[in-house]
Amino acid sequence: MKTELQQSVKRKIPLAPHLKPDEQARSRKVRETALLYLCVSIGSVIGSVLRALASLAALAWFGPAFPWGTLLVNIVGSFVIGFYATFAGPNGRLFSGTYQRQFVMTGICGGFTTFSAFSLEAFQLMQRSELVLAGLYIGASVVTWLAAVWCGHALASRLNRLGG
Amino acid sequence: MQDILHAILWVALGSVIGGPTRYFISGLIGRVIGETFPWGTMVVNVTGAFAIGLAAAANVSGVLPMPVAWQFIVTGFLGSYTTVSSFTLQTMALARDGQLLQAGGNAALSVALCLVSVAVGYGIGAIIFGASL
Repeated sequence: MKTELQQSVKRKIPLAPHLKPDEQARSRKVRETALLYLCVSIGSVIGSVLRALASLAALAWFGPAFPWGTLLVNIVGSFVIGFYATFAGPNGRLFSGTYQRQFVMTGICGGFTTFSAFSLEAFQLMQRSELVLAGLYIGASVVTWLAAVWCGHALASRLNRLGG
Repeated sequence: MQDILHAILWVALGSVIGGPTRYFISGLIGRVIGETFPWGTMVVNVTGAFAIGLAAAANVSGVLPMPVAWQFIVTGFLGSYTTVSSFTLQTMALARDGQLLQAGGNAALSVALCLVSVAVGYGIGAIIFGASL
C-alpha cells in the first residue's frame, strides 16, 4: 500500500492543491529545511550518546588523570568525517544526497566530537597547575585530530581510485 | 546500569537541540560573513567554550542539580553544540587548497580563543555563582 505522498509524487499531483505555485514552492522549502534539521538532530543524538559511552569507558579503563576519552572521540570523529567527506564526495564511490551528508557529518560526527569538553579539560589541567600536561594535551590534540582527518581523507581517496 | 541509562537519556535530550543549534548558528554566520573562512564553526566553538566555563563554575559552587544538569547541559547540549570534526575538515580543506596561512590561523585562533573563552566563562561564573577561582 502506497502512502499519499508516494502516490502524489508519482502522479505529480501537488500535495496542497489549494495553494498557489509560489506558495507550494515555499511550503516545499519549509519541509526540506525541517527534514534537514531532523537529520542533524537524530545524528547528533546518536553521536552524543556514543561519545558519552566512550567517555565512561575511557574513565573506567584509564582513570581521570588525563582526558583520554575526549582525545579519542575527537580523533575517531575527525577520521570518520575525513573519510566520509571524500568517499561520499563529488568523485567518491558512495552516492550521497544532502540529507545523508548532513546526517553523517553535521549530525553524527558533529555530535560525537566536542570542542567544549576539550577546552574545559585543558583549562582544568592549567587550574591544577599541571602546565606540562595541559600543553601536551593541547598540542597532541590538534596534531592528532588533523592527522586523523587527513588519514581518513587519504584512505577514501585511495579507495575511490581503485578499479572495479 | 540504571544510572547509565538515566545519564544517556539526559545526554540525548541535550544533544537533540545542541546539534541543530550548531547547524543553525554556523549556517547563519556562513551566510552573513561568507564561506571562505570557517567563522561559523569558530563562533559555535568559542561560545560553547564560554558556556562550559560558566557551567564548570556553577558546578563547583553547587547551584546545579548534579549529575543531571551536567549530563543535559554539558555532555548533551554543549557536547553536540561544539564540534571538532567540522573544524578539522575545514582546516584540512584550507590546507589542501594551498591556503596554509588560513589553515594554520584557523587552528591557532580556534584553540587560543576557546581557551581564553573557557577561562573568561569560568571567571564570570565564579563571580555570579560564588565559586573559588
